[in-house]
Amino acid sequence: MSRLIRNLILVASLPPLFATLPACASTPAQRGLIVFQQVCAACHGMDHVDYGDMAAFGLSPDAIRSWAADQQIPNGTDDNGDPKTRSATPADPILSPYPNEAVGRLANHGLLPPDLSRLAMTLPGGAEQIRRILLSYAPTPAGVKLDDGRYYNTALKWKHIGMPPPLQDGMLTYPDGTKATTQQMATDVSAFLNDVAHPHAAERRRIGLYALAYLALMALLTFVLQRRIWKSRPQ
Amino acid sequence: MPAPEKTSGWLERRLPVMSVLRREYIAFPMPRNLNALWSFGAFLMVTMAIMIASGLFLAINYTPDITQAFASVEAIDRQIPSGWFLRSLHMGGVTMLFACLYIHIARSLWYGSYKAPRELLWLTGLGLMLMVMVTAFAGYVLPWGQMSYWGATVVLNAAHTIPLIGKPVSELLLGGETLGNTALHRLFVLHFTMAFAIVAVIALHVTALHVVKPNNPSGIDPVSPKQTLPFHPYYTSRDGFALCLFLMVYAGLVFFLPDLLTLADNYVQANPLVTPRDIRPEWYFAPFYAILRAVPSRLGGLLLAVGSLAVLFALPALDRSPTRSATRRPLVRLSLPLAFLSFILLGVAGMHPPTETWLIVSRLAMAWWFIHFLVVMPLVSEREITS
Repeated sequence: MSRLIRNLILVASLPPLFATLPACASTPAQRGLIVFQQVCAACHGMDHVDYGDMAAFGLSPDAIRSWAADQQIPNGTDDNGDPKTRSATPADPILSPYPNEAVGRLANHGLLPPDLSRLAMTLPGGAEQIRRILLSYAPTPAGVKLDDGRYYNTALKWKHIGMPPPLQDGMLTYPDGTKATTQQMATDVSAFLNDVAHPHAAERRRIGLYALAYLALMALLTFVLQRRIWKSRPQ
Repeated sequence: MPAPEKTSGWLERRLPVMSVLRREYIAFPMPRNLNALWSFGAFLMVTMAIMIASGLFLAINYTPDITQAFASVEAIDRQIPSGWFLRSLHMGGVTMLFACLYIHIARSLWYGSYKAPRELLWLTGLGLMLMVMVTAFAGYVLPWGQMSYWGATVVLNAAHTIPLIGKPVSELLLGGETLGNTALHRLFVLHFTMAFAIVAVIALHVTALHVVKPNNPSGIDPVSPKQTLPFHPYYTSRDGFALCLFLMVYAGLVFFLPDLLTLADNYVQANPLVTPRDIRPEWYFAPFYAILRAVPSRLGGLLLAVGSLAVLFALPALDRSPTRSATRRPLVRLSLPLAFLSFILLGVAGMHPPTETWLIVSRLAMAWWFIHFLVVMPLVSEREITS
């Protein structure tokens, strides 16, 4: 009887445990990927990152395939010499939407949207600076005259940037139910870009712990061995 | 030596591998009093082996072409299975190699391991250091990042200042006035050719060691077999323990701090039209870069940077005192640590922008480096009273 009660209590305690997890648990970097897909990718590419690499952010093989298939990438020229395109595959890089640098500049007042593969590493200030830039847009103060295609942004030394404010509250819906505020999206996408700039970081740390534990054990054993051998040395 | 067994006897009469191994790596008499600094040779051997093994697999996946080199390195970091590990092992290995090399050399300086009869051991060791430097320089160009390109350009410009031959020879060797495809391809070949040449010189270095026997902290060679211990099991077990500690530091660098010593700028593809705000060398070249910058004349800077290494080669001739260990030489005990400090200060200065303060620090440190080797050592070795 007491066993039955105990089991009932146990079973009853399970649903709240699940209820605390959202239907689709996601990390900031996983939500950041959604921001990248729906916002950043309109102008930026990640030349060295493949669609398949997005598996690291929990994207399923099917989702990767269908995302890649929606993107057209250059595929040589046809018999008349006109450029051809084809659907991307998971093994293709996430290219910039602009076919070349000149078109990219033409579309952006002469400035080329930078490649995002390593931006969180090479930009002084790293991912935190990306977040700061995304949150530091402000109306141009009276008396300040900016060129066409420049936007007032206090995170930068010269107080302007060529990227129009990309984020607006509620512009996208996160599948995990997180509210897509500007603040939230900026945090998420900078976490995503940080992971993209430091590939395999989690795996690196995980394997590193095993390696260190193994070496520490070996150090202990060799230390004992060494002590015992030296103790018995001929005087 | 025990009589060879039947099967091993056949090999023994033709190529005495087993008895040589027994003599040189088991029964080999070692001084009893070696301290932890004598383990750094073993660290260097192991690191070199790791460099060659990881380098081989990196070379398989690398494309020596200026349009593809950067992307092929990115692919190693991102898409090639375990590529990130191989590259990290190789990049961390350079740091471990140079750190051990500098400590190994500092130990030889402190305990006088360059003196008779170990001059050739010292010279082959310094030769190895130069070869490792050339290899590291060539290797750093390969990823074709901004620092690869501009760091190599600084070295190239320095080489161009050598009168008459500087420019024509470097153009001949690198296939053009500036760095291009030919240069990249040749540096790739140079990088791994040098790696194997280093293995050959290591063999010479170790052979020389086994002929003259290791020095020890007292600087007085053991005279009777009672003052020695066989290499195995005493020093194999001690080096084994030391290696575990060494590998823990190495693993810390590879797995937890991969960005600690790399320059983020090198993850931007080389662009000959955009000069980075400040061109910084990797830490192991920083002392020489500091000398290069501390001298107002470019040729003078090059000569002094080369000279800072040349004085090491000349050391067996400059220091004539028979006393080896600095612990028994009161003046050297003061002067040499200051020379070590100078080297470290030059390194720190080389990694900072050349402000007035850092230039003064560089010049003072450089001055002491030369004073120690060219003035203090010859004078002291003539008149010092050894304790």
